[in-house]
Amino acid sequence: MSVFFIYFSRQNPNLREFWTILASIIKFLIIVSMIPVILSGKTIECSLFSVFPGLDLSFRVDGLGIFFAITASFLWILTSFYSIGYVRSLKEHAQTRYFICFAISLSSTIGVAFSANLFTMYIFYEILTLSTYPLVGHEETKEALRGAKIYLVYLLGTSIAFLLPAIIATYIFTGSLEFTNGGIFYEFWQQSDSNVLISILFVLFILGITKSAIMPLHSWLPNAMVAPTPVSALLHAVAVVKTGVFVVIRVVLDIFGIEVLSATGLGIYLAYFASITIIVASIVALRQDNIKARLAYSTISQLSYIIVGVSLLTPAAIKGSILHIIIHAFSKITLFFWAGAILVGYGKKYVSELSGVGRKMPFSMAAFTLGALSLIGLPPFAGLVSKMFFLTGAYQAGQIPIMVIYAASSFLNAAYFIPIIYIAYFKDLPEGTSPAFKEAPALMLTPMIITAIGTIILFFVPYLLLQLLKYGV
Amino acid sequence: MMIEFIAGKYNYWMASVLMMIGFYAIISKHNLIKKIIGINIFQTSVFLFYISIAKISGGTAPIIWEEATKYDNPLPHVLILTAIVVSVSTTAVALALVIKIYKSFGSIEEDEIRSMSVEETANRAAK
Amino acid sequence: MFYNHHFAVLIIVIPMFLALLTPIISLLKMEFAWYMAMLSATASFLISMSILYHILSTGDVILYHLGGWLPPIGIEYRIDCLNGFVLVVITFIALISTIYAKQSVAIEIKAEKTPAFYTVFMLFLLGLYGMIVTNDVFNLYVFLEITSLTGYALVAMGSDKRSLMASFNYLILGTIGATFILIGVGYLYMITGTLNMIDMSRLLVKYYDSNVMFTAFAFIITGLMLKVALYPLHFWLPSAYTYAPSAVSAVMAATSTKVAAYVMIRLFFTVFHIKIISQYIPVAEIVMIIASISVLMGSILAISQTDIKRMLAYSSIGQIGYIVLGATVLHSAALTGGILHILNHALMKCGLFFVAGSIFYKLGTTRINDLRNLSRIMPLQAGAFTLLALSMIGIPLTGGFVTKWYLIEGSILSGDWYLVPVILLSSLLTVIYFGRVINLMYFSDNSSHNNIKPIKAPLGMVVPTIIITFLSILFGIFATVPVEIASKAAIEIMGGSHW
Repeated sequence: MSVFFIYFSRQNPNLREFWTILASIIKFLIIVSMIPVILSGKTIECSLFSVFPGLDLSFRVDGLGIFFAITASFLWILTSFYSIGYVRSLKEHAQTRYFICFAISLSSTIGVAFSANLFTMYIFYEILTLSTYPLVGHEETKEALRGAKIYLVYLLGTSIAFLLPAIIATYIFTGSLEFTNGGIFYEFWQQSDSNVLISILFVLFILGITKSAIMPLHSWLPNAMVAPTPVSALLHAVAVVKTGVFVVIRVVLDIFGIEVLSATGLGIYLAYFASITIIVASIVALRQDNIKARLAYSTISQLSYIIVGVSLLTPAAIKGSILHIIIHAFSKITLFFWAGAILVGYGKKYVSELSGVGRKMPFSMAAFTLGALSLIGLPPFAGLVSKMFFLTGAYQAGQIPIMVIYAASSFLNAAYFIPIIYIAYFKDLPEGTSPAFKEAPALMLTPMIITAIGTIILFFVPYLLLQLLKYGV
Repeated sequence: MMIEFIAGKYNYWMASVLMMIGFYAIISKHNLIKKIIGINIFQTSVFLFYISIAKISGGTAPIIWEEATKYDNPLPHVLILTAIVVSVSTTAVALALVIKIYKSFGSIEEDEIRSMSVEETANRAAK
Repeated sequence: MFYNHHFAVLIIVIPMFLALLTPIISLLKMEFAWYMAMLSATASFLISMSILYHILSTGDVILYHLGGWLPPIGIEYRIDCLNGFVLVVITFIALISTIYAKQSVAIEIKAEKTPAFYTVFMLFLLGLYGMIVTNDVFNLYVFLEITSLTGYALVAMGSDKRSLMASFNYLILGTIGATFILIGVGYLYMITGTLNMIDMSRLLVKYYDSNVMFTAFAFIITGLMLKVALYPLHFWLPSAYTYAPSAVSAVMAATSTKVAAYVMIRLFFTVFHIKIISQYIPVAEIVMIIASISVLMGSILAISQTDIKRMLAYSSIGQIGYIVLGATVLHSAALTGGILHILNHALMKCGLFFVAGSIFYKLGTTRINDLRNLSRIMPLQAGAFTLLALSMIGIPLTGGFVTKWYLIEGSILSGDWYLVPVILLSSLLTVIYFGRVINLMYFSDNSSHNNIKPIKAPLGMVVPTIIITFLSILFGIFATVPVEIASKAAIEIMGGSHW
């Protein structure tokens, strides 16, 4: 809805931004208001209409969905402020298109979060791809367009080629597309002799949900880093990629179901397959000099944490996955905000250029440090909470190698983040640069600090989150 | 047996031979008028084929006559009349087109026209 | 809704009379020609809606005997669910293109030829209506030829002189195709002695394993494939659509191949009972393979085009393949998809050609490279193009998605798994060639953003474009009505059972 307001107020920059902020706040408040209902154990359902017989557009708000929705909408508020600061500082063009696409993207994310069936989810999944495409290509330079094209090809191509037939096949074999606790494949699985069909469908789903950036279908993410930083921050740390893993979680829990997946052993296969991503992506991240590229590969690795977690199929691991959605979101968005601040305030894009930044931009670096430490998994940061759940879950599933992988990747995380901290604080500024204190504009700084503090808070307040989870899983 | 097969069904053979001649004319001749003639031959072969199946041995023209025992089938004749009309109209349209093509391109040889078209496309693209 | 038993024939008679009156009336004033065309199109649309409503609400099949002569002696018109649906689609396209044609034709065709244009246009549409409603195979041939001849004339009226050669090629190939159909009809008459489709289907039963029937089938199918422009026999289509006047391209792309595809469906199921004869010679599989190749090749060839109308023409070849594919998979879900695609593709292609025509009207070019920055020059057209392209690709919430869903569902359910990758692959190829154009339109490298003022196409061309785009999206979101009609038609024509 805010799209119309933004479009009509395109002549007046202040008004346009006002609508964005207003819309984001309203969205968040609406979602928050649904929390008490969920906590009391009920779900909110709303069926809109049938597109054609058998396929309805309907929504259902349950614990898992609202969890994701709160994360996304809260971070949208912050990102809107950040965007305004970023876009104004760099005097970007086509700001109207930018904000409109942002608004649509967020609405589609919420749409995915609240979908009641695969069809509704697929609709919003595709809308999300289409509305983020102009954002990736926003700069309209050759690299931007190339990155946007790769983005579109990967995401749209795999979703049409794999996800769509998987959805149709699911509908044919199980007669329904609704997300139900325990999955809809249960009867079908009991009746069928072989596991081949279910395995094929599962593979199609996983391949089709490319937004979760499992290797080898992950290239779109580093290529999408040509987008303006707020886009990378919200979309590629939170909305788009988290949609991907959210969909994977939904498919695993509410379409296939835990029993089917553990009985067919598919869960373990996925766990090991995604673990490869965890390690490889972290290793690649070590070698990246471009800040955003390093963060991108870090994201790929972290997303696979979530996927491995949910495929372990134990309660602790699943809880860890869901928690990691919000924890990683906060941490990563802090890091991306930081990257944007460095770009705007200091003009640098590469890690090797970051000597002594700690002195020039102390607040930004502080935020970065908090976010990085959270991702590495040190107390008292939130990252530790999800890591603990993952490790417990892996142990419960009897998968010791997975535990080792989690631990190893923590070390790798440290390996690619700590050098940045080191260079920033303990190295000197390059010659000729003034050591004057010059931070990024306040509009950009404040959200960053808020999210950084968020990573600490989340460590201490997981209770609320767990409450929601009780009704989501 | 073979002789009967060939001689007995000579109407099919005639039709096929004419059809192939017409087809050959359409495909391999470059002159547009010859192509039109080819179409005509092609369609005529079909007409002959139809009419030939209308003939019943021992039948006479389908006009009521006291001494007739069997009549030929008039329906295919009627159908072919319609089809001939269609064929004539097609030929008329085709000839009108050829006249216009001649006025526009100055030639009625297909290969020349094609090279002129290609030039035209290239010119437009260069503009 | 008001319905009269004679509507079945009025749908032919009214346009015919109006078409014949047009040259006379335009002697008074040239503009009257357009009004006559509008009158004819509106009348036929209303009649067809009434017919469809009647069929759906009473559930019968309309049988109309021309001149009161009962079949098999007389010619019979038979309208059932499938016919009625296709008729509504075609008359709607006719109506909306006539609205569009007013300004488009004014710029592309010389003023003194306009009455002739509209007369021939109306006759073209008349031929299409006739092909749809008739139940007599020879009558079908006659109307087919009416459509073809007027089609040749319409294509030749294009402003580019290459349209003449395109029309000539179309003529040659079209005549060959029609003659093949004639031969096939002749064979069928030889063995059954009747020309009535329903009668023939009864009488053909004892010939199912005979060579004659397969020969007839082969000839008719080859002729129809040429009219439908399935891959190896498609050569006339790209040039014809590219050089024809824009309104003509729109109408022809949206109708003539579809009606030929409808005829194919009708013959497959009603006359030939394709499921049964496929047990003797697997004709269904053969046509399925040809259709799949067509689907892929259409999209592949579209990628390398430099002219937008030619690109849309190749795209049409691929899309028609879907409809034929739906017919040959022999499952009611796939056939539903194919029938739905008649509706959806007609809307999408018509809209896309409208956009191309508007661009030609204002910018004078149809080359893709000239479409740079269209989103700033003609934002409405660019937006419509994008939405229609999304529908062609098959994004959910658009019409194209509904078709694809049913086609894929049908393919899986009937066991022809290998068609699913074909359909999906062509969707992806569609993304490529439309994506290229959309990229140019929206995201080109440009230095000055503010100096370009938007140009507006005339209202008479914009309104139809908007209506069609709106409908295309509408039938993607609220697809229940078309889907129900289409599946009813599919089930009816397949003999009342899910195969």
